[in-house]
Order: sequence, then C-alpha cells, then structure tokens
Amino acid sequence: MKRHDIYTLPILIWLSLFFTIPLSITVIMSFMSSTPYGGVTLPFTVGNYVEIMKGRILAILWRTIRISALSTLITLGLSLPVSFFMATSKWKNLLLMATIIPFWTNFIIRIFAWIFLLGNNGMLNNILIQLGIVKNPITFLYNSWAVVVVIVYTYLPYMILPIYSAMEKFDFSMIDAAMDLGATKIRAIFKVMFPSIKGGITAGILFVFIPALGSYAIPELVGGRDSVMLGNLIAWEITTARNWPYATALSNILFVSTALALFLYLKIQGSDGK
Amino acid sequence: MTVIVLIFLYAPIMFLVIFSFNSSVTGANWMGFTLKWYGELFLRSPDIWEGFKNSLIVAVFSSLTATFIGTMAAIGIHWYKPSFRRYINFNIYAPLIIPDILMGVSMLMLFVSMRIRLSLFTIYLAHTTFSLSYVVLVVLARLENFDSSLLEAAMDLGASEFQTVRRVIIPMALPGIIASFLLSFTLSIDDFIITFFVAGPGSTTLPLRIFSMIRFGLSPVVNALSTILVGGAILLTLLGRKFLKYILAGEG
Repeated sequence: MKRHDIYTLPILIWLSLFFTIPLSITVIMSFMSSTPYGGVTLPFTVGNYVEIMKGRILAILWRTIRISALSTLITLGLSLPVSFFMATSKWKNLLLMATIIPFWTNFIIRIFAWIFLLGNNGMLNNILIQLGIVKNPITFLYNSWAVVVVIVYTYLPYMILPIYSAMEKFDFSMIDAAMDLGATKIRAIFKVMFPSIKGGITAGILFVFIPALGSYAIPELVGGRDSVMLGNLIAWEITTARNWPYATALSNILFVSTALALFLYLKIQGSDGK
Repeated sequence: MTVIVLIFLYAPIMFLVIFSFNSSVTGANWMGFTLKWYGELFLRSPDIWEGFKNSLIVAVFSSLTATFIGTMAAIGIHWYKPSFRRYINFNIYAPLIIPDILMGVSMLMLFVSMRIRLSLFTIYLAHTTFSLSYVVLVVLARLENFDSSLLEAAMDLGASEFQTVRRVIIPMALPGIIASFLLSFTLSIDDFIITFFVAGPGSTTLPLRIFSMIRFGLSPVVNALSTILVGGAILLTLLGRKFLKYILAGEG
C-alpha cells in the first residue's frame, strides 16, 4: 500500500463489499440447490443450468435478445437524424433540454403514460368508442410490440444524448470540405462524420441494449404472455417461487449474454475501425 | 423527423398531465375540469407521501455518500496512480455495463446470506453503490482539464496536501462534484428495479408505490402525481442546466 492509496481506499472497500462480493455470492449460489422452505443447500451441482438448458427458458432468452435488439435498432434509427438536427440547429441548447426533461421524468410514470394512452380503458380506446369506430376496446397493449414501443420510448434519450454529444464536437465544415472535394453528401457523412461519432454510437447502443436485456417493469406492465422476458422470470423466481439458486443461475445467464454482447460488439467495432 | 420524435417523447406525458384535470373516474374520458385528484393526492394519499419521504431520504444520503467517496476516488485515480488500479477500474466500469436487475439480484443475495434485514438502509447501500461509478466518471472528466503542474505549484508555495485538496482541487472540481451529486440524486429518486429487489416491508419508495398502484389499471391520482413529477423534472432540468455539460462529459 502506498500513502496516497487513502484516496481510493473507501471506494475499494465499498465496491468490494457491495459489488464484487455480491456478484461472487450470486455465482456460488447458482451452483447450489433450494430447500422446500426457500433456503439454499449444498452440495454443489450444475442442476440449475441443466434445467435451464432443457426447458422453455431458451425460448425466453432468445425472445429477450430479439426484443432488445429490435428496440435498440429502432432507437438508433430515430436518434441519428435527431442528433444530427440538434447538433446543427440554432436552438441546440433548447432541444437538448427538451430531450433531458423526459429523461428526468420518473421511469414508471413514462410507462404509465402508455398504459393511459393505449390501455383497454385508455384514451385512444375511449375516443374510438365515442366516435363509434369500434364497439369494444381494442387490446393495443399486452404484446411484444407494446414492449418494444415502450422500451424505445423510455430509452430514447440514452441513445440521443451520447450521439448528440459526439456530433456536437464534430466540425461540420468538414462535410462541406469533403463535398467540395467531390464527395456526395451521403458519402461525406459516412466517410467523414461517422468515424468521429462512432464512440457516441457505441455508447448509445450499449446504454439501450444492455438495460433492455434486463427489462422487468416494461414487460411486466405492458407485455403479455407472448412477451415474458428473462427479467420477469428472474423476478418471479425470487419473489414468488423463492428459488434463489435457480434465480441466480438465470441471472448468470443474463450476465454471460451481456458480456458476450459487449465482447462481440467491441470486436466488430474494433475490426472495422482499422 | 425531430418534430415527430419530440411529439413521440412529449405527447404521452402531455395527455397524462391534461387528463389529471379530468373529472371522470375512469380517467381517460373527458368529463370536465376538476382539481379533485390533486385534493385526493395531497390530502388522502398517505401511502404516496410515505413513499416520497422514503425516496427523498435515500436519495439525499446515498448521493451525499457516493459524491464524497467517488470524488476522493477520482482525485486518487487522476493524480496518485493507486495500487490495485485494474481492480478498482473493474469495479467502477462493470456496474455501468451490467443490467441493473443483476445488481439488484446480487445485492439481495448478499443481504439474504448475511441475514441483513431489508429496509431503507439496504436501499441506501444499493443506491450508493450504483451512483459511485457515475460520480467517479463525472468528476474524473472534470479533472482531466488539469494536470499535475497545478498540484506541484500549490505544494511549492507551501500548501500541505490537505490544503491543496481543500483549497485547490475541490474548488476546481466543484462543477463536476455538483453535477455528480445531481446525477446521483436523480438516479436514486428514479430507480425502480434495484430498489424492487432490496426493499423490505415498510421501506417502499415512490417508484415502487406507483408501480403497485398502476399494476392493476388506471388511477387519476397517478395522473395528478405525474403532473407534479413532470414539473419536478422541468425544474430540475432548468436548475441543472449549468451542470449538464459536466454530466455529458462524464458519460461521453
């Protein structure tokens, strides 16, 4: 230990106690078995993982990845033009604040807004019924599309902010320069601007994709039978079934999927940068 | 395109706010102006206020703790090449990139295996933990602007290390420190999923309370509450405007 380590000692202790040790406990517990009364017991076993690989869990894992990837793609598609417009706009500070306000509005309230709009007793159904267009409410929610829309809605600022932040540092006269040298506008954007905002795009994709993988509240509130995600399963195992070893095994699967996604992404990102 | 996205971002919230003044009980069918849901919210919703109080207590204490420990760590990392640097870095970056639900589950497993009763205190521990990484990054981003010559100058002029930290480093880093406090506070007030796992009976926070209220349908009282929370977000955005660029610097 060096004398100056005193500065980092508190964080070292805190994060060891409340991050590294809990993660280790989670890994260890996933190799144990549950007792009928909600406890855990030895000996060590891989039974939980075998159980997961056998059943319908793989389908849920695959669906979780699909829903997250689709939401991330849509979010990216919306964020690129919006960030571009914001970064080149006269009112960029105003637009920036306009994106931050929903970001700082409570997460659960933002989900509630969609239940209010599209729910069976929601606003849209009320209007449709009053106009006589339909007799009975249409079920807009409680399917995987609703889950995708609400994920896009709640995580959009997480994608816009890093991309905007990268674009804002970009010198837009470079695009004009490239065009003066004969590049088309599309080509100029791809070849000149894209490389310098790539970091922002990577950050945005990770900020949306990873929390989406761990979604619980959104599929719980606006999803249905066809949109149960890994997070719902984990929560169910913990709160209702009280099978901790099984729940931690599921968590570890989510952890490995996240690490894999991160690794693959950084690999792709690294290779086309050369 | 930007206009469409802005409408997409704002329309759902706007309708929530407008219909909080609607006198219909079903909530989504306009029946005339009323303030009764606000009356209901302020006078007859002790559960919501209990949750609000809990959220506030946790947010204040966890962001103070995280800002203090995180700022110290950022100073140490930036100037003093600490031992176990890789391990410290892992602990700072990993919480940012794993899904929150994992953090919730693993903290619950810690508390369960250590037989720690779930309460506001366990929520405080969890919130401080996830805020720490953000604090370190935001303060570090601010410190990047200053190199070691500044410290040497202060020391050469006879300042002790403590004086240097108090009189030179802290004032310089202050915008970053305030920004990280605001960020931690917001993250804590807003957190649902981690709190969901580490909260015990009697320690329900506001997001947990709203979650259980809306789980089984619409409630005009939640609309009224939304108006207030959206108002809070606008106020926070306006107040925090000066510090926004420091937060973005840390995240970028």
